[in-house]
Amino acid sequence: MRKFISLGLVRGLIWQIVGTALGIGILTGIRLLIGLPAWKPESAFVFGALLGAMFFLYGVGVLDDWIKLASGKEISEHIDESRLGWRRYFGASLDHKVIGIQYLTLALILMSVGGTFALIFRSELADTGMQFLTLMEYNTLMSLHGMVMIVGILIGIAAFMNYLVPMLIGARDMAFPRLNAFAFWLAVPAGIILLSSMALGGFDTGWTGYPPLSARAPIGMQMFFLGVSLAGFSTILGSLNIIVTAIRLRAPRMTPFRMPIFIWASIATSIISLTATQLIGLSFQMVMFQRLFGMGFFDPGKGGNPILFQHLFWFYSHPAVYVFVLPGLGLISEMLPVFARKPLFGYKWVAISSIAIALIGFLVWGHHMFASGMAEYLRVPFMYSTLLVAVPTGVKFFSWLGTLWRGKITYETPMLFLLAGIVVFLFGGLTGPPNATVSTDLHLTDTYFIVGHFHDTMFGGYVFPFFAGIYYWFPKMTGRRLNEKLGKLQFWLMAPAFIVLSLEMMKVGMLGMRRRIADYDPALQFVSENQIMTVAAFLIALGVLIFFINVFWSIRKGEVATGNVWNSRSPEWQVASPMPMHNYEKPFEVVGEPYDYGLPGSVYVKFKESE
Amino acid sequence: MKHVVIIVILVIACTFLIHTGLTNIGLLPAEASTQSVEIDRLFGVHIWLVSALFSLIMVVMLYSLIVFRRRKGETGDGAYITGNTTLEVLWTAIPLLAVIILAYIGGKSLGIIRRIDPSAMQVKVISGQWFWRYQYPDYGVTTTDLYLPVGRQIKLEMTSNDVLHSFWVPEFRVKQDLVPGRTTELRITPTLIGDYKVRCAELCGASHAYMEGLVRVVSQGDFDKWISEQQSAAPMDPVLRGQQLAQQLGCSNCHSVDGSKKTGPTWLHLYQSEVELSDGSSVEADDNYLKTSIVNSNLQVVAGYSANVMPNFADLLDQTEVESLVVYIKTLK
Repeated sequence: MRKFISLGLVRGLIWQIVGTALGIGILTGIRLLIGLPAWKPESAFVFGALLGAMFFLYGVGVLDDWIKLASGKEISEHIDESRLGWRRYFGASLDHKVIGIQYLTLALILMSVGGTFALIFRSELADTGMQFLTLMEYNTLMSLHGMVMIVGILIGIAAFMNYLVPMLIGARDMAFPRLNAFAFWLAVPAGIILLSSMALGGFDTGWTGYPPLSARAPIGMQMFFLGVSLAGFSTILGSLNIIVTAIRLRAPRMTPFRMPIFIWASIATSIISLTATQLIGLSFQMVMFQRLFGMGFFDPGKGGNPILFQHLFWFYSHPAVYVFVLPGLGLISEMLPVFARKPLFGYKWVAISSIAIALIGFLVWGHHMFASGMAEYLRVPFMYSTLLVAVPTGVKFFSWLGTLWRGKITYETPMLFLLAGIVVFLFGGLTGPPNATVSTDLHLTDTYFIVGHFHDTMFGGYVFPFFAGIYYWFPKMTGRRLNEKLGKLQFWLMAPAFIVLSLEMMKVGMLGMRRRIADYDPALQFVSENQIMTVAAFLIALGVLIFFINVFWSIRKGEVATGNVWNSRSPEWQVASPMPMHNYEKPFEVVGEPYDYGLPGSVYVKFKESE
Repeated sequence: MKHVVIIVILVIACTFLIHTGLTNIGLLPAEASTQSVEIDRLFGVHIWLVSALFSLIMVVMLYSLIVFRRRKGETGDGAYITGNTTLEVLWTAIPLLAVIILAYIGGKSLGIIRRIDPSAMQVKVISGQWFWRYQYPDYGVTTTDLYLPVGRQIKLEMTSNDVLHSFWVPEFRVKQDLVPGRTTELRITPTLIGDYKVRCAELCGASHAYMEGLVRVVSQGDFDKWISEQQSAAPMDPVLRGQQLAQQLGCSNCHSVDGSKKTGPTWLHLYQSEVELSDGSSVEADDNYLKTSIVNSNLQVVAGYSANVMPNFADLLDQTEVESLVVYIKTLK
């Protein structure tokens, strides 16, 4: 019991409960003192949740070093915690690899929760009429599915960037290890607050939270806004850390065009996260203030403008889509040469295309609002800018083809997921332009076509590369391989089922099925399509279940793999797995190109024999 | 070279195959407006693009995966090719040109579907959680179903009572959000007589899925007949007129007539009762109070209810309509 309570996570949770109760108490007390009616649940819960998150951070211990510094005490360098065994994953650690795995675990938990929500409401949709959910329950689950998945994806990206960036560039750790730990542990209470919205009446706005609807939804709405704002804060801090690390801590002679390609993707992603996340936080906080303090930002009755919210929201939320996919596309470019046994075709073009996508991504947000009632003339420039995204995206596809061409391709599980990523992202990419040209978008917007298109980009640009990455670096994390048979089974369950799912989504969307509906008109005759989609969703879930079984089995009994499993040139595979604390025992310098497979006698990095 | 010939043939064959498939499985609802014809033409361009690009990338990829796979017993790496600047420039420049052309076509298409006919018939659309109402200002008619004459451009002037909604009839293709506090416009020229459904396309709360309404496209003759029926059906008696308006405008969604508490206060026994206001004062519910509450509901908010919930009906109702409503409320005493 003592041991259990000494875990950072447990202490954090206890402190969070205390903080929440205290916050509710303080706010009620103040109201009582100044003579207002004491009990106002909305303000009390918001203040309580905010204080709870702060208390969590204190309880988990990520503030300890800063508190010591502020009070003039000495702090120690971060120490080797491997003696703690698995326990180090449940408390504040400063090791980027531990934090990376913590992020990965949290991402898998959140995405499983979000996926379960999808299974529940997908079952509801298997037939017309309401089967077992109320309308409000449906809307809450559908809305939370969206945001829990998005937060899960952001955390999954942080997992890969945290684990890989210092390792790939030969750094001992991140530039700011304490900030790194702080950013991760902030995401935990953020996720808890987000999910707590279910207990406080839920909300019915979808993940976009458009006012005026979000200004009149139940209190759950506030937990959604607050949870996302805190998660966004965590992302901003994390991306700052990645950018500084990638710029300042590279190994000698690792010039920009000799960096592993994933570093380019990480920088591009982090630029967006660092500069755009503020806008979603801002827009959500403005609605929070509208509800709490009666401000009229988006309230037409007080001279506010509901469309302003959409501009602020999409100024982040469109670039955010590139935050989700750029690291995944980077993972594809990173691993594809290893399995094709060939250099990455047109390295510089692939690298620059990531930055180009990130920058163009800032200019296209208005395409979400073609039907919104924004100034009509704006629709044309946004159409041009949106279509421009196709150019750098095309460069990536053609470069992957160039990489595969005349290779010696092998088909281990990570490679299968990479190929699924490319194909599914191609579906997502090709269904993009019909949403960009305004007149066709006026038919497609707010239908299941958009749902299908978006899920294609997410599965192609994130989910499949994410699984490829886990299969690929699992030996690095644990010293054991994931089981290949189970991996292939997972692949053959997930990939075909998902393709069927997304194609059906787009089909019913074009034929007239609106998105975010709890029920659909029997006259439309979409029942069989919806049943196919529901079955496909369960097959995907079965695939994920097999993945979890594989992980739990392989961690203990998997084939031991401490060497260069994939015959890669990348520095992390030149040393034994798992990596020790502070990564490389001997520092390395870059002496060649990262992906010169097929060039005999060449190497990427050379380890210094003595300091 | 042999590879290239095979791939070119396969890409062309696949393009036509996929194009035939996509155009024959019925991906779009019936075309019931001039706008839908133009939009479907642009969809046609997109379907060609999707077929060609999908074939190009998938054929090259699958071909590589099969032909360049590592065979049993093979060791060593693939060919040492790091890139090709000519190819890179080509596959940057050609798509760039293509998207600019596509955007130009897209702009043209938008111009066509937004073409304004000065003689268009005006219909006001009022939406709310969860209903559609239509007013025909030229004829003084208010209805819950939308009747449209075929072959004539309709100018929908739309607004919302509460949250965002979106007007979408899939057979007309075009879609436009309805925003509280402002008027948005949508132009449709129906071309096909028949019954359709308007479906709210912007998430608007719990019953969003059910926010559907009948849209009936009829011949000009049938339309005139329907309009005159509506006009004669409007009761002359102000009480009945008020009762009808309360239904049509959606008042009864929030104000009960049986004393039960809904979003707004009940109308039962309201007239000449003492009403407590949220600022602590109280006022007698006389004619003047009722009128003010209809056209400017935020002025005197009843204790226990919030402001800014009820829309401002000042622009939507004329003097006699307001009076009819007041007369009706009086009868509920």
